[in-house]
Amino acid sequence: MRFASAGTFESNDCLITVQEDTQITIEIQSIVYDQFKDQIEKVIRDALSELNITNLYVDCNDKGALDYAIKARLLTAIKRMSDQHA
Amino acid sequence: MRRSLLFIPANSPAMLQNADVFASDSVIFDLEDAVVLSEKDAALSLVNEYLKKFEFDNLEIIIRINGLDTLLSKNELDTIVNDKIDTVMLPKATYETTLQLSKMLEKIEKQKKLTKKIGIIPIIELAKSVIEVNQIASVRGVTGLLLGGEDLATDLEVERTEQGLEILLSRSMVVLAAKANQIDAIDTPYTQTQNDEGLLKDTLFAKSLGMSAKVCIHPNQIETINQVFSPNEDEIAYAEKILNAVSQNMNNHKGAFSVDGKMIDKPIIERAQKLLEKAKKWKL
Repeated sequence: MRFASAGTFESNDCLITVQEDTQITIEIQSIVYDQFKDQIEKVIRDALSELNITNLYVDCNDKGALDYAIKARLLTAIKRMSDQHA
Repeated sequence: MRRSLLFIPANSPAMLQNADVFASDSVIFDLEDAVVLSEKDAALSLVNEYLKKFEFDNLEIIIRINGLDTLLSKNELDTIVNDKIDTVMLPKATYETTLQLSKMLEKIEKQKKLTKKIGIIPIIELAKSVIEVNQIASVRGVTGLLLGGEDLATDLEVERTEQGLEILLSRSMVVLAAKANQIDAIDTPYTQTQNDEGLLKDTLFAKSLGMSAKVCIHPNQIETINQVFSPNEDEIAYAEKILNAVSQNMNNHKGAFSVDGKMIDKPIIERAQKLLEKAKKWKL
């Protein structure tokens, strides 16, 4: 099973891990889970939708990252995984 | 016109998000030395998404790319050059690579139909760069020259000292090339981030040589650098006095004239105009 990660556990960042899957599965751990879980999930779903991805496991370990950082880390992780195919 | 340019590591969200909090005139998002090879892709994506999300007023956005001799720089330029950035900083610049970058940027500007010209700040950090500095300064789009003292010392196989005699000639050559081409002369960073006295001394010395700005490697260096390169109250008042005298004497059709017993001629008038332009830009 191919997988890849991007990001860090530093404050204002997140570590995103993606893995091949048969559907979209999103798991989120966050220091602001209660307040922002839905927003984080929306950022991830929107980014996957932009890329027309319908089957991927995404794990987001968030340390207070803003939307742009979550999206950037997700895009990098996906690119790293797709580069493994090449 | 710049006084202070702050380096920010491109792969750190915490630092990117504070880019416009500090009072530097420019920020340099660093994709080169501040990012390890395995994280170059992540840093590029992070800065790109960051720039898409945020707007900046009165802050020059500079991207330090990796050298044109690497495989990274073309992708970096294709990704990051857009209307959100102002300037590209080129490491290990030579005349050849600066010209190459200028052409690449011209092509991207046309392809992406940008509304502005992207500037270039070549880093003069090789002996070859110093020798070619006037040619480098004359390349289309170059808006400033940055002296990279640390890498230059390595190339010269000399030790960097507090006094800086080993880079004195290079500093002066950067100043001369910049002034001859009417662009900014930007001084090498002062690397001891906790030594305020040393920073002040080094910045005053750089100014005395003709440098117009200095890069900062820590936000705590910005205030000192801005102070040194800003015109002070007396200088502003004297420049205003000169320009008032100019308009009075133009009305009286007089040629030469004096202010406070000092003969005023064209270079002094131009210096006063430049000083007041700076004071206006920085709201002094």
